[in-house]
Amino acid sequence: MARIEAEVGKPQGGLMKWIDDRFPFTKTMKYHVTEYYASKNFNWWFVFGVLAMVVLVIQLVTGIFLTMNYKPAAAEAFASVEYIMRDVEWGWLIRYMHSTGASFFFIVVYLHMFRAMLYGSYKKPRELIWLIGMMIFFVLMAEGFAGYLLPWGQMSYWGAQVIISLFGAIPVVGDGLVEFIRGDYSISDITLNRFFALHVIVLPLALIGLIFVHIVALHEVGSNNPDGIEIKKNKGPDGIPLDGVPFHPHHTSKDLIGIIVFLMIFSAVVFFAPDMGGMFLEHANFEPANLTATPEHIAPVWYYTPYYAILRAVPDKLWGFILFGLSVLLPVFLPWLDRCRVRSIRYRGWMYKTALSIFVVTFLTLGWLGLQPATETYVLLARIFSVLYFAFFLLMPFYTAADKTKPVPDRVVYHD
Amino acid sequence: MTKCKKIASLITLSACLFASQAMAAGGSVHLEPAEIDPDNVSSLQRGARNFMNYCSGCHSAQYVRFNTIGKSLGLSEEQLVDNLMFNADKTFETIKSSMPSADAARWYGKAPPDMSLMARAKGTDYVYNFLKGFYVSPESPTGVDNLVLAGTSMPHVLWELQGFQSANFEHHENEDGSVTTTFEGFEQLSPGSMDAEDYDDFVRDTVNFLAYIAEPIRSDRRKLGVWVIMFLIFFFILAVQLKKQIWKDVK
Repeated sequence: MARIEAEVGKPQGGLMKWIDDRFPFTKTMKYHVTEYYASKNFNWWFVFGVLAMVVLVIQLVTGIFLTMNYKPAAAEAFASVEYIMRDVEWGWLIRYMHSTGASFFFIVVYLHMFRAMLYGSYKKPRELIWLIGMMIFFVLMAEGFAGYLLPWGQMSYWGAQVIISLFGAIPVVGDGLVEFIRGDYSISDITLNRFFALHVIVLPLALIGLIFVHIVALHEVGSNNPDGIEIKKNKGPDGIPLDGVPFHPHHTSKDLIGIIVFLMIFSAVVFFAPDMGGMFLEHANFEPANLTATPEHIAPVWYYTPYYAILRAVPDKLWGFILFGLSVLLPVFLPWLDRCRVRSIRYRGWMYKTALSIFVVTFLTLGWLGLQPATETYVLLARIFSVLYFAFFLLMPFYTAADKTKPVPDRVVYHD
Repeated sequence: MTKCKKIASLITLSACLFASQAMAAGGSVHLEPAEIDPDNVSSLQRGARNFMNYCSGCHSAQYVRFNTIGKSLGLSEEQLVDNLMFNADKTFETIKSSMPSADAARWYGKAPPDMSLMARAKGTDYVYNFLKGFYVSPESPTGVDNLVLAGTSMPHVLWELQGFQSANFEHHENEDGSVTTTFEGFEQLSPGSMDAEDYDDFVRDTVNFLAYIAEPIRSDRRKLGVWVIMFLIFFFILAVQLKKQIWKDVK
């Protein structure tokens, strides 16, 4: 009697065991979350990866609700956005979160990339993480570009007109390619329709897939840290890195603080300055697309302007396009351009520190110049800063190899 | 480490510069600030009256519903029907112009634009100065031109209120032979029913209303925003305590 009871009533591991026998749930949670060890000395530069995920979720969720009310047709798109802003319950909030989210996606991703440059996160063995990251960035640029056409305002229309026509500079296939992208002889209802398809299906799918691979690759080699030291080199008797703390609950609790601060800034924009003085929502985009009236001054949204400034700095159309493409592509090669043996800027010499500082100023200045009308002075400035932009990358093998480095400690620097 | 901080502060600084300069970029004509008060409901009510009486004959506001206006401006359905809805039957209708747009295009050369988003597209200062900027110009088919939008096809609709004014321009010949024209001010030719100050207020109320219809939920979002930020501050305090608790053994 007692024996039967023991067999029937004995806990068999419950629902979790039932699942784990059929799906590696606990195993995966341990590997990626509760027993994924990352350095305890992360500073706030390391929060932007998580923040990029937060923005992605904001964009996906608000995007779904927008598609329920938006009409991807030239005759109806502009009015449907106003319908969302005025007549749909909470539509204004959803729309402002999505439009603000677009800009914040780029802010967060630029800072995330800059973190990699500060601490050499792209260096061996993390080259592939960087490459996948760059692919994410390219998809994001395409995603932002396709999305910007959808409100069908003046700047949507003419911005797309200018950027798509750039491909016309390519010899032989250029004109055909432009027509292929637009699906018409000018930006039209057809272009809007296909950009909608790209924006809500193709590119988000690619984005999610790439982000998944980005994280799988990261968890294979482990996260970098502000000292650029491999924490896996110093393991305790239990096989756990001595300088590591588990992602959950340690890093998640820290990230939560970062997420809240981020949401404060994000909300400040959404609720108090959703157009950010014309930076996040351009004034001209409150007028419906008009094929017969070109706006006085066409500028892409701020997150493309550094590259746009480089494009305009070149007098020749084809070379402008080539240098524009190159300026976007060059960061891909960072893992091989950087010849320094040391990862973190903490232990690098003055040359890299100087070069990186100049690069930051260069990038921001180019971004500002790309928003201005192309006057003589501004074009001259854009040329000077374009040279600096390319010099940062092309001279990198030399100055990083020549740079005097400081000795790197064995263990990470951690102040309680 | 200090270097990182330097770089970080440099980024913040540049970002601020970047934003402020981008916002400073404006048009070529000097625009007097409109100084509207979006929270002044009586100003908005006067603006609504002005718009419906003087503008809506030609200009539609096709995305703006009367009942939305009623809700934001504290007007009852009866007040809406009696004071604002001249060519609409139901309060959920939008503001439509009384003039067929095809005819309007034939009469004026260009159909009067929809006003739903004008204040957001052009800025309130622009609209304010435009409505004050009509001056007598014998060459123009409407008899007037506008300082802000030269060659406008809009006649001086508010002439009864403002009267007519002329604009004084000074032409200055440069060394290279080109001529620079500077605006030296308006001169009142004939008086209107309002003095200059009353007319400014009239235009200000109207522009205030235009700014309101460009984004009817503006005050809602600002009110909600305060609560959201307050919640986040509270949440922040909790999260900091949680993090401290979890990290207390990490040495």
